[in-house]
Amino acid sequence: MTGENTLVEVRDLKVHFPIKRGVLFDRTVGHVKAVDGVDLRITRGRTYGLVGESGCGKSTLGRALLQLTPPTSGEVSFDGVELTTLAPNKLRAMRRRMQMIFQDPMSSLDPRQNVESILTEGLQAHGIGGDRDGRRKIIAETLDQVGLPRWALSRYPHEFSGGQRQRIGIARALVLGPELIVADEPVSALDVSIQAQVVNLLDELQDNLGLTYLVIAHDLAVVRHISDTVGVMYLGALVEEAPSDRLYTEPLHPYTRALMSAVPVPDPDVEDRRERILIAGDLPSPANPPSGCRFHTRCPWAQPTRCADERPQLREIGDSRVACHWAEQIASGELRPHKVSVQITRPAGEGEEPSVVSAPTEPGSFV
Amino acid sequence: MALLDVEDLSVTFARRGQRTVRAVDGVSFSVDAGEVVGLVGESGCGKSVTSLAIMGLLPKQPGLQVAGKAVFDGTDLLQIDERSRRDIRGRDVAMIFQDPLSSLNPVVPIGLQVTEVLTRHRGMRGEAASKEAAQLLDRVGIPDPKRRLKEYPHQLSGGMRQRALIAMAVACQPRLLIADEPTTALDVTIQAQILELLKDLVRDSGTALVMITHDLGVVAGMCDTINVLYGGRVVETARRRPLFRQPRHPYTVGLLGSVPRLDAGRGERLNPIPGSVRDLLPWPDGCAFAPRCDRRVDACLGEPPELVLTHDGRSYRCVNPAPLPGLTSGDEVRAAVPGQATPGSVPAQAVPDEPPAVPGLAAAPSEEETP
Repeated sequence: MTGENTLVEVRDLKVHFPIKRGVLFDRTVGHVKAVDGVDLRITRGRTYGLVGESGCGKSTLGRALLQLTPPTSGEVSFDGVELTTLAPNKLRAMRRRMQMIFQDPMSSLDPRQNVESILTEGLQAHGIGGDRDGRRKIIAETLDQVGLPRWALSRYPHEFSGGQRQRIGIARALVLGPELIVADEPVSALDVSIQAQVVNLLDELQDNLGLTYLVIAHDLAVVRHISDTVGVMYLGALVEEAPSDRLYTEPLHPYTRALMSAVPVPDPDVEDRRERILIAGDLPSPANPPSGCRFHTRCPWAQPTRCADERPQLREIGDSRVACHWAEQIASGELRPHKVSVQITRPAGEGEEPSVVSAPTEPGSFV
Repeated sequence: MALLDVEDLSVTFARRGQRTVRAVDGVSFSVDAGEVVGLVGESGCGKSVTSLAIMGLLPKQPGLQVAGKAVFDGTDLLQIDERSRRDIRGRDVAMIFQDPLSSLNPVVPIGLQVTEVLTRHRGMRGEAASKEAAQLLDRVGIPDPKRRLKEYPHQLSGGMRQRALIAMAVACQPRLLIADEPTTALDVTIQAQILELLKDLVRDSGTALVMITHDLGVVAGMCDTINVLYGGRVVETARRRPLFRQPRHPYTVGLLGSVPRLDAGRGERLNPIPGSVRDLLPWPDGCAFAPRCDRRVDACLGEPPELVLTHDGRSYRCVNPAPLPGLTSGDEVRAAVPGQATPGSVPAQAVPDEPPAVPGLAAAPSEEETP
């Protein structure tokens, strides 16, 4: 199945974190299933966007892909090389080709290192550039690419504004000449006007250098703007994957529909006309996820059969892949949304057992 | 007469040995009863300080100066003494904060925090108070309110905490509600729930709402009138539709061009504003936005631009506003701004003849990141 131009392929990736209890003897009392069986493929030179609400496992997936968090099971192949079983020294050499951009540029840059030192460190670790002059040349080129002035080299992170700090973070990733860049919430800590600058910069770098991106963000509008393909995650699994244009025009999974209708659009006409699908309640705990389809506790289209006891697999409908038993029926309007009562799901062993309570005046599960 | 009239409000923080910071520099706006008014701007524009000054919640510290007027229903909130202000606060004017976890007391059960308001302002006690508190929680959509009353803030999810905070704010049916970034800390689906709840509350009770946010999308769906702030002043005021269709101030145009839209096609480049919020000119020296503005003319420098009132009740503070397109199309307005803001252009040097500014030492408040 691996095509010529697939750079990254992830198969059935799982990352489970143990929940420990006890003082002397750590007992494992359960697992937080942060990522629970994800398959995805990233085409070379394209951008794959990953969206989802906080706690859905999107950042863990990004880190597991780079082997920064060891996956519990599953396979990750990068340019044909299997990363999960790779020897540490070989993995270290591979890291040169896959870099990461972090969310908060202030906490991901060492405040005691100046920009030159930040950018040199990676080059030294990988033995690129030979001597000092060679490295300086590479660094100077990288600074030009990200739009930072030369005098930045001798300065420290606190002397820069948020947008410029993020440019330093991007420069640190770029300086090694990577093929894949995993950007975890690259713009969410920035102001609106600065966000646009950084988004444009990422776009431009991709055009010039042929980079492949995995962009992880909670802001659907940003992700849709920069991605070719968007994957929507819910509770550790992909629920839908579609070309970014289709995702807005024809969302298939009920969760995607709700997510799309919840994002505010800066246009009063659109806002007034839109149909809002409000999903009731909060994200269930990933330590004790609902059975069957994980979204069925909050889904306005949930059916009495299949949804609660059979976990839907991603299947292809048109250009999209969707994990919903009833996607076609919902798309054709055969199934209508109904009101959902709020269910409270708690982690196993914490507080009361999961119990179902109705919310008398929950303001509309759909409007 | 308007319910709240803020006139020429300014807040200055002076510290010995440090430059004086004018966080709010002559903000004026008004809120009518039952109206939803938005204050929009990026971090550091003074929107939160404005709301805290109106509520009298700015930390008392030497060097803090609040000037101007904030007349609520005939009383100037800035002039009255602390005791009468406490009577008004919570009863007539209430506030919802951005981060519900840090604005709820972590060691006091939710129920006690809600009944506190009822006891203070409505003189309710014991059984009656807790019954009313349960009703309030029920009204804001918290399931199983009786049990929730005994729980502590950490036991509630983010959305539930924000609902509890809203319940406290609406406990006394205030006439004015100030919501400072009420949904910024929440996920989109929860944000949609909370916004819907706020809309319902405003519609049902006729409460006026001041919505402080950086999200133009939230404003587009909720507000009747919108004030855009920059550098501590209101730079543009307009009704909702005209503002989005025909933004006049270049900063508003820039903001709208910076936001990726969910319903736009892929591949459209954004038109960001060059530079950063730190490249600020002090208002007495001209327009604060001039260093980043691509419609800058010589008249922008020297003195602050006057507020221009136009016939349709909108106003802007600009000497060279974006032209009104003959056709009312948002695209043409955007096209009026040349896309010279390439990401490669170096920020912090937007004024050509100035020496390269050391970013860390700029005059503007240094918080650029939204928390």
